[in-house]
Amino acid sequence: MGPVLAGVLQLLALIGALALAYIPLGNHMARVYSADRHWRVERWIYRGVGADPDTEMRWPAYLRAVLAFSLVGVLFLYLLQRLQGVLPGSLGFSSVNPAQSFNTAVSFVTNTNWQSYYGEQTMGHVVQTAGLAVQNFVSAAVGMAVAVALVRGFARSRTGEIGNFWADLVRGTVRILVPVAAVAAVVLVACGAIQNFSGIHEVGQFMGGSQQWNGGAVASQEAIKELGTNGGGYFNANSAHPFENPTPFTNLFEIFLILLIPFALTRTFGVMVGSVRQGYAILATMFTIWVGFVALMMWTEFTHHGPALQLAGGAMEGKEVRFGVGGSSIFAVSTTLTSTGAVDSFHSSFTGLGGGITLLSMMLGEIAPGGTGSGLYGILIMAVIAVFIAGLMVGRTPEYLGKKIGPREIKLSAVYILITPALALVLTALSMALPTPPHSMLNSGAHGFSEVLYAFTSAANNNGSAFAGLNANTDWFNTMTGIAMLLGRFLPMVFVLALAGSLAGQRPVPATAGTLRTEKPLFTGLLVGAILIITGLTYFPALALGPLAEGLAS
Amino acid sequence: MNNSVTNSARLLGAALRALLALTLVTGVGYPLLVTGVAQAAFHDKANGSETRADGRVVGSSLIGQQGYSLAYFQSRPANGLGTNSVNTQYKLILSGATNLSADSKKLIASIEEAKAKVVKDNSTADYRVLPSQVPADAVTSSGSGLDPDISPAYAELQVHRVAERNHLPVGTVDKLVQDHTEGRTLGFIGEPRVNVLELNIALRELVEGR
Repeated sequence: MGPVLAGVLQLLALIGALALAYIPLGNHMARVYSADRHWRVERWIYRGVGADPDTEMRWPAYLRAVLAFSLVGVLFLYLLQRLQGVLPGSLGFSSVNPAQSFNTAVSFVTNTNWQSYYGEQTMGHVVQTAGLAVQNFVSAAVGMAVAVALVRGFARSRTGEIGNFWADLVRGTVRILVPVAAVAAVVLVACGAIQNFSGIHEVGQFMGGSQQWNGGAVASQEAIKELGTNGGGYFNANSAHPFENPTPFTNLFEIFLILLIPFALTRTFGVMVGSVRQGYAILATMFTIWVGFVALMMWTEFTHHGPALQLAGGAMEGKEVRFGVGGSSIFAVSTTLTSTGAVDSFHSSFTGLGGGITLLSMMLGEIAPGGTGSGLYGILIMAVIAVFIAGLMVGRTPEYLGKKIGPREIKLSAVYILITPALALVLTALSMALPTPPHSMLNSGAHGFSEVLYAFTSAANNNGSAFAGLNANTDWFNTMTGIAMLLGRFLPMVFVLALAGSLAGQRPVPATAGTLRTEKPLFTGLLVGAILIITGLTYFPALALGPLAEGLAS
Repeated sequence: MNNSVTNSARLLGAALRALLALTLVTGVGYPLLVTGVAQAAFHDKANGSETRADGRVVGSSLIGQQGYSLAYFQSRPANGLGTNSVNTQYKLILSGATNLSADSKKLIASIEEAKAKVVKDNSTADYRVLPSQVPADAVTSSGSGLDPDISPAYAELQVHRVAERNHLPVGTVDKLVQDHTEGRTLGFIGEPRVNVLELNIALRELVEGR
């Protein structure tokens, strides 16, 4: 069997596994977010918080709770890193400097997991497990909560109420993320991922001498890192490190975890709005883009254009033998089309076009299938835009799921889709125009520009992967990517929740013969087109300067 | 005004308590539970898959090593590895890739150099290696810099050299490589590979047991 066929079979196996999990997990999540009863552990938490989980919130209250929880999360994680030097259980690692602590705290709270530090030499056990891994859980749960709030906006009528943030946060964590992550972590350990709290390990080497490794709770962090589409590696090499991703099977399993919740949430959406076929239409949109991009990536990586790769005889620079080109290609597309940003191979050393695909994947706004929660609300915003465009064509007031898309709704959606491109492009332009930031580039020319563009695209879209040649541990990049991550995460949430409130307050419009059937393949086609044209074209000039210039030159 | 300040303070207090409660669940309970299960059920794997030879630990079967003499099979290049610069009481290896681009002059030069070395090292008196025979993994650095494996093609390429240096028949060494070649999982997941450390341990046993 050749590597191309093996790659395709891995893709098919992955699709099969995701299909098996789709209905049970999607239904489970719909039940979790609609349940009346509380688990005992949840009641303890609500009592501790001092919040009544049954009180419905209007959108401003929901938003305030999201922002307060995230603000406290940033401060807590910042302090934990600043105090690392005096905390027990930190392997004697020193405290992290202020700019890097700020960047890392923001990075993990925003579900980005951009890392300007080397995990193995910077973060001890306490910061990793009680700081970073906690945000891996709760930042994902916040994303899911906001997505569910928007779904309730579509599902409910004549009320401004969109749910209770504390209940959504706690349930998402306790009933969805923790159980799946615990099982996944044990699977990873069974395959060789490490899980211990020992100190630095010193062991002998074959030819004599010794080597030092970090111990750590790696498998437990790896599981939620993928499941919560976070992506922040325990080690610098992220999921290329054998202790994080030891075998070809774990590689495929980790891709499965990345895609699991984002795809299944479309089922949750379908169940909650009372039409699973609406969920299938959204699923089909996500799936089409994802499969298309994987196919493109495999093609460009297997043909390995680029002088260095031609000379080597294959695109193996930055890739592990056990995963090969096929496994690495599926991972690269899946991690950038979601908000994960974990890597099992290094995107900077991909072919010019392959690097461009990872960039474009993030630029699409990470909606195919996107981050946990953020993917669903992102694509629903695009669906609103697509419905609006269709409405313009036929001259009817657009409707989606029985709700009128009026001036207020379309304004909120339009601002939403402008935020991330504005952040990514303006900050890239500033970095290129200022005298010192370009010194951080490892490569020169088109590829150097791609490094900077990639950094801000990744930060503004809360992805977190990198063209890692860029030295991002400077005050400029730590601060500016920090700002891009904060605004790129929370500004869109403001508009999503405002939209949710606005939709929930409407009375439903009955469907007529003239209503656009949004559960049909025609709508899926329209939505794919809208996504590619609107967001793709926004970035075209920047892409032409970077990866396209590099890819066409080779 | 006063009212909104109190409200904000109350909200932030609730948020802090929520974070602390969830930290207990996800940052203490969850990792301890997983560690307990891992240590009980998969003790060796949870602690790094240490590999022993001649009664001493010689590394981890998952972590690739550099610096094998030419009598042994060579690992892939690892030009992306770093050494720690922050907490220098340790001599940790920092995993990583070169991140050089496909059109990088530096990468082209390093591949040319690596290729020439592979050709030269592996050509013996009665076996000539052609540059076109050198597989990609032999001249490129992996993502982690710790790749424990090489492709079967790269292992095959080294058989004549290893046989000559250890005064073993080529067929014997070839069989050793065959025995240590792991196919794709279930026939289609990943790529076929040879674990360099395990292969070299077996080679040393063969040489010493002769």
